[in-house]
Amino acid sequence: MAVAVAQRIRLSYSKYWYAYAMIAPVVIVLGVLVGYPLVRGIYLTLTNATSLNVGRQIGVNHIPDSFDFIGLDNYADVLWGPTAYDRFWSHFIWTVAWTAICVVLHYGIGLGLALLLNRKMRGRGLYRLVLILPWAVPTFVTVFSWRLMLADGGAVNGLLSFLHLPEPAWLSDPLAQKAAAILVNTWVGVPFMMISLLGGLQSIPQELYEAAEMDGAGPWQRFRHVTLPGLRTVSSTVVLLGVIWTFNQFAVIFLLFGSGAPDAQILVTWAYRLGFGQQPSDYAQSATYGILLLSILIVFTTFYRRWLARNEKANG
Amino acid sequence: MRRGIAASALVAALAVSMAACSSSGSGSDAKGDGGPVTITYWDTSNATNEAPNYQELVKKFEAANPNVKVNFVNVPFDTAQNKLQTAMGAKGAPDVFRAEVGWTSAFAKAGYLEPLDGTPALADASVFQPSLIKQATYSGKVYGVPLVTDTLALMYNKDLFAKAGITAAPTTWDELKADAAQLKEKAGVDGFWLKAGDGYYAMPFLYGEGTNMVDAAGKKITVNSAEAVKAVDTYKSMFTSPGTAKADVTTDAYAHMMDAFNNGKVAAIIQGPWEVTNIYKGTAFADKKNLGIAAVPNGSTGKGGAPTGGHNVSVYAGSDAAHKAAAEKLAAFLTSAESQTFLALKNGTLPTRTDAYTDEVKANPGIADFQAILTSAQPRPELPEYASLFGSFGTNLGKIVQDQSDTKAGLDATATDYAKLLPDFTK
Repeated sequence: MAVAVAQRIRLSYSKYWYAYAMIAPVVIVLGVLVGYPLVRGIYLTLTNATSLNVGRQIGVNHIPDSFDFIGLDNYADVLWGPTAYDRFWSHFIWTVAWTAICVVLHYGIGLGLALLLNRKMRGRGLYRLVLILPWAVPTFVTVFSWRLMLADGGAVNGLLSFLHLPEPAWLSDPLAQKAAAILVNTWVGVPFMMISLLGGLQSIPQELYEAAEMDGAGPWQRFRHVTLPGLRTVSSTVVLLGVIWTFNQFAVIFLLFGSGAPDAQILVTWAYRLGFGQQPSDYAQSATYGILLLSILIVFTTFYRRWLARNEKANG
Repeated sequence: MRRGIAASALVAALAVSMAACSSSGSGSDAKGDGGPVTITYWDTSNATNEAPNYQELVKKFEAANPNVKVNFVNVPFDTAQNKLQTAMGAKGAPDVFRAEVGWTSAFAKAGYLEPLDGTPALADASVFQPSLIKQATYSGKVYGVPLVTDTLALMYNKDLFAKAGITAAPTTWDELKADAAQLKEKAGVDGFWLKAGDGYYAMPFLYGEGTNMVDAAGKKITVNSAEAVKAVDTYKSMFTSPGTAKADVTTDAYAHMMDAFNNGKVAAIIQGPWEVTNIYKGTAFADKKNLGIAAVPNGSTGKGGAPTGGHNVSVYAGSDAAHKAAAEKLAAFLTSAESQTFLALKNGTLPTRTDAYTDEVKANPGIADFQAILTSAQPRPELPEYASLFGSFGTNLGKIVQDQSDTKAGLDATATDYAKLLPDFTK
């Protein structure tokens, strides 16, 4: 048995050695950049490491590590320790809501704009350029501009007061903060969806539409039975990417509210605060949040792919 | 979004490369004795109006000490603590740096700082204010040379107060509220603006009730005591009573507050001397005499107090002997009477040694007023975690002033956080 396995390895090696050689650099780089930090992160979650008890090199004096292995206590503390609701669950609920709302808005608005741009019209290139701008501008520029506009005396509230509408405190009231974050993130995220879906739309053969029209399908039916199925592969990919990116959307929240706004922090920004935004830095807790985030995304992705596969079967 | 990731990666890469450029750390460019040594000094002062004057001092030092070169790096104050913490535990730490007084004991506990007793840096130890030396002391050794000191005061616009018919600065929180209402009514401006959701600016309320976040001597967490609840209730009323500005908890709150005060849109704030130079640039204070500076109001105990802030110059323990010697020289130079007088005149900051208060310094109205208040400044307990206590306190104060949690519940949450930081304290 063992001999057979060894022989098979040797065989595959002699046959495919060039393939292994080709992927070796990638494997090494990923190992160094992703694998090692991930393993180290998992290890840290099982300890009580903070910035005060990890080893450090001070000139010639070396202070060794003095943190202890505490098993799964960090996970227990984060998930059901005292004030766990305030520290984890409230952020978890908000993160899930934030992801769902943002991705729905990204996809919906992106698809609408893509359908508009897919028509033959004058100045299409110009519109396309203008709509890509929010994505082309560096995120921090976009977010800081929004921060100025959303401030109490800013442009947004100026417009609202002109229309005699109530003026929420976008950057300080907890509910308004969440609305503001979703607004800005939608602004930032729509262009990517739009471009991807536009690419998908342009790959749907025109004959299908013609054939559908011959069979007497109305515009809604054409959209429902030609466009959507034609976009399925693109959609499933961009929605998955959108969910992962939005779930981990650090920049918008961090730049919009800084270290204030405890209620508007999603899990990623909250983990950052534990690890880098306070003294002493709580590396272990921060790493625990990181691993929990990763687990949530892995679970989501697995279910999502299964669901897609089932849909493929049902529709295939 | 991709784009955003790329941009932030770029920023990170830039930051890393900049850090790499600015890190001389404990290089090996010392050529035995007497050879030229290059030390790195991290300055944490305000980049626009304070740092150029520090840079000038460093140039003077280089002229006086031709065998020492100083690599001057200005690090933004709000990120400096984390940057120092990271650099000193790994690579690229400065040899000498300007550190907020609250950081000293935590850094000393971590072993990052060189004790300075008996070194040239502390040659004049006897002329410094004893309370400031005490504040830079950890476990019986001094780890920083006091460079500037400060405390919080009630700053007010005398014109607006006169317009509202108020002749003297308020001495209690209740009086301040009454004045604010009167200012709104008669002068048509907000009477008082307090920086919301910031633990440091809430300290005068705690001191006014004779309490603190923790009782360091008795090893007890007092942030949710009855006195503290009372203090925070008073704090909360400062945003709701007539004539006070509503709580601003946005990231730009500090800038909003200062803009409003400097341009005469609000009559009084609680603030420290580091802003005096900026305030004089405001339209409302073209005449410097218009700025009134008084002690922070008293609480119900009839006493008041404000935290003692300021900065020390500390020397990194990880540098080699030649760098340490040069760093100690620079620390002594920056904190000398002459340098402190220069800084006081240029930056309006308060010297930490008696012989730096020359007649010229005392003639500066802001400094003279603050010197009178310094007597009521409360020193910080010798507790390495003390600087970490402001984070959770500020966060929950923000929730309390926004009515998201009631005072007791918010302070209980803070106490729970403190129990983690201070395992050997009783609640």
